[in-house]
Amino acid sequence: MSSDTWPLWEVFVRSRRGLSHTHAGSLHAPDAEMALRNARDLYTRRMEGVSLWVVPSAAITASSPDEKDPFFEPAADKPYRHPTFYEIPEGVKHL
Amino acid sequence: MTTTDTTGTGTGTTPAPATAPAVTTAALALGDDALVLAQRLGEWAGSAPVLEEEVALANIALDLLGQARVLLSLAGDEDELAFLREERDFRNVQLVEQPNGDFAHTIARQLYFSTYQRLLYAALAADDGPLAGLAAKAVKEVAYHQDHAEHWTLRLGDGTDESHRRMQTACDALWRYTGELFQPLDGLALDTTALEAAWLDSVTGILTRAGLTVPAGPRTGAWRAGAGRQGLHTEHFGRMLAEMQHLHRSHPGATW
Amino acid sequence: MTAGTAGTAVTAEAPGRDAADAAAQAAREAVFDAAVAADERIEPRDWMPEAYRASLVRQIAQHAHSEIIGMQPEANWITRAPSLRRKAILMAKVQDEAGHGLYLYSAAETLGVSRDELLDKLHSGRQKYSSIFNYPTLTWADVGAIGWLVDGAAITNQVPLCRCSYGPYARAMVRVCKEESFHQRQGYEALLALSRGTEAQHAMAQDAVDRWWWPSLMMFGPPDDVSTHSTQAMAWKIKRHSNDELRQRFVDIAAPQAEALGLTLPDPDLKWNEERGHYDFGPIDWDEFWDVLKGNGPCNDQRITQRRQAHEDGAWVREAAAAYARKHTGQHGEAQA
Repeated sequence: MSSDTWPLWEVFVRSRRGLSHTHAGSLHAPDAEMALRNARDLYTRRMEGVSLWVVPSAAITASSPDEKDPFFEPAADKPYRHPTFYEIPEGVKHL
Repeated sequence: MTTTDTTGTGTGTTPAPATAPAVTTAALALGDDALVLAQRLGEWAGSAPVLEEEVALANIALDLLGQARVLLSLAGDEDELAFLREERDFRNVQLVEQPNGDFAHTIARQLYFSTYQRLLYAALAADDGPLAGLAAKAVKEVAYHQDHAEHWTLRLGDGTDESHRRMQTACDALWRYTGELFQPLDGLALDTTALEAAWLDSVTGILTRAGLTVPAGPRTGAWRAGAGRQGLHTEHFGRMLAEMQHLHRSHPGATW
Repeated sequence: MTAGTAGTAVTAEAPGRDAADAAAQAAREAVFDAAVAADERIEPRDWMPEAYRASLVRQIAQHAHSEIIGMQPEANWITRAPSLRRKAILMAKVQDEAGHGLYLYSAAETLGVSRDELLDKLHSGRQKYSSIFNYPTLTWADVGAIGWLVDGAAITNQVPLCRCSYGPYARAMVRVCKEESFHQRQGYEALLALSRGTEAQHAMAQDAVDRWWWPSLMMFGPPDDVSTHSTQAMAWKIKRHSNDELRQRFVDIAAPQAEALGLTLPDPDLKWNEERGHYDFGPIDWDEFWDVLKGNGPCNDQRITQRRQAHEDGAWVREAAAAYARKHTGQHGEAQA
């Protein structure tokens, strides 16, 4: 990394109160304070947000696509976790 | 000519402000400040040190341009005032018309001016005057401008030897234009002494934290304090206006 | 390896070391092909063919470069905009272009190249940007013509990219297209004001349209029969429509818009073809296209020189901020949730 290279940051924006922060994109900044300001200028200039998170991209640990099957497939055969799995007699309300 | 004489007894060609109520005079002065600085910041487009900063500088310029349009509209037609006045009729302080220079000069100018604007608008928002509504909105914008200037002052002052040297040079060079900010403004009941003390306090604090020396020397230029407010500008200003106004003036009466 | 949500792409390694590797490789390719076929998105850490990755890097980088070089011809008029309203609009538009460049560089970075590398390639001429920006903005009307025609052509090109097979690129394009919707309208509005204005203003508008029309049609790239990258890009669903298809779509949209403007498009062959259901238009001067692409346009040198200058002039600023961050790590290293 040359002396004038800034690290990459991931930006998360809360679009309005009551919603969680959502990944908006990334940007470069020399440090967290500037990353937050750059994020404000870049990702909220059309009133897209009320709160921001910035995270160094290097600090994120992601699941690997190679682990996709062991990670996510086992959930597929457990329909009993969903309400539609259960049969309820017609006319029964509030269930 | 006294320092509170803002009607321009010089060679101004448009007498309009002379007959206007005091608030118009103040709106014109503050509107010109915002317009001229927006114009200067607009010159950065495409040349900022890093893409993220393109976006940041444009945001500041757009805030200022928005303020200018509201303020000038209080004094008359915004485009007539912006494009058809002569140099001697502009009431902006000389600080804002100074050329962009390197990024350090732009940041030093931003630091000095945004600190002034934040204190000024906070004071105007707090009282019941005719500019209170505008000031209440603008103070939030300029608080961000000051934050931006402060963060960059810290990074340039306390970054590399080169950036330190450049930032110190810029702070020193623009210091002489800061005294003018605290001349009483016709139409505004401001405690300019308190404003100046708060400004010095804030700027001194930031420069010190950045490892920079607070400039010594007079805070007024070769032109006496208040010169810009009376329509006396530096040589750079005429060229800036020529560029800004030429297209509009080339088509008298046209709408755009 | 740690990798952000915008992590680094995994690409093909050297040919299989043994049979098991070869089988694994074939399986990965099958997964990739199936995902593209099923219109699913490819995400940064998915396996992808090296050629797919390289093709995306080339296209996204060129797109990003076009955004930031494209700031110059319009920024040329910010300081001279003829009303404060127009000045504000133009500033906001040029700012958006910087923003769009940022979104796109970010998308490219998910493929394992850094913005610095890409800027280096731009500055040294190893990567291109859209040739349209090698034409000069000579009058205020050029700002309107760029908004209407150049942004109009860009939007025609870009809307299908919102469904591009590579997730980060598609998402960047969704944001870009959403933000750009005002760009074309402001240009059209500015031209309309000129067209309906004084005689001199009308002439200025017509002159600008005369100069920008043909270069705008060239923005869709060479004709389908000579376009080198198109077939593979379409198979990978990076590209959704052919150059000629998009060009025709643009002409069909622009021709009636010109009429409403009260301006003439500089093509005597332009006329509605009832049978085809499209406008016919005259031959494009592809010699000019290739010539400008090769670097002989009116502003090629000027654009790159300014870009390089800005980058070099900014080096001490970027170094200062990086040095400050190193000195104050810990104190400033943490973001507030």
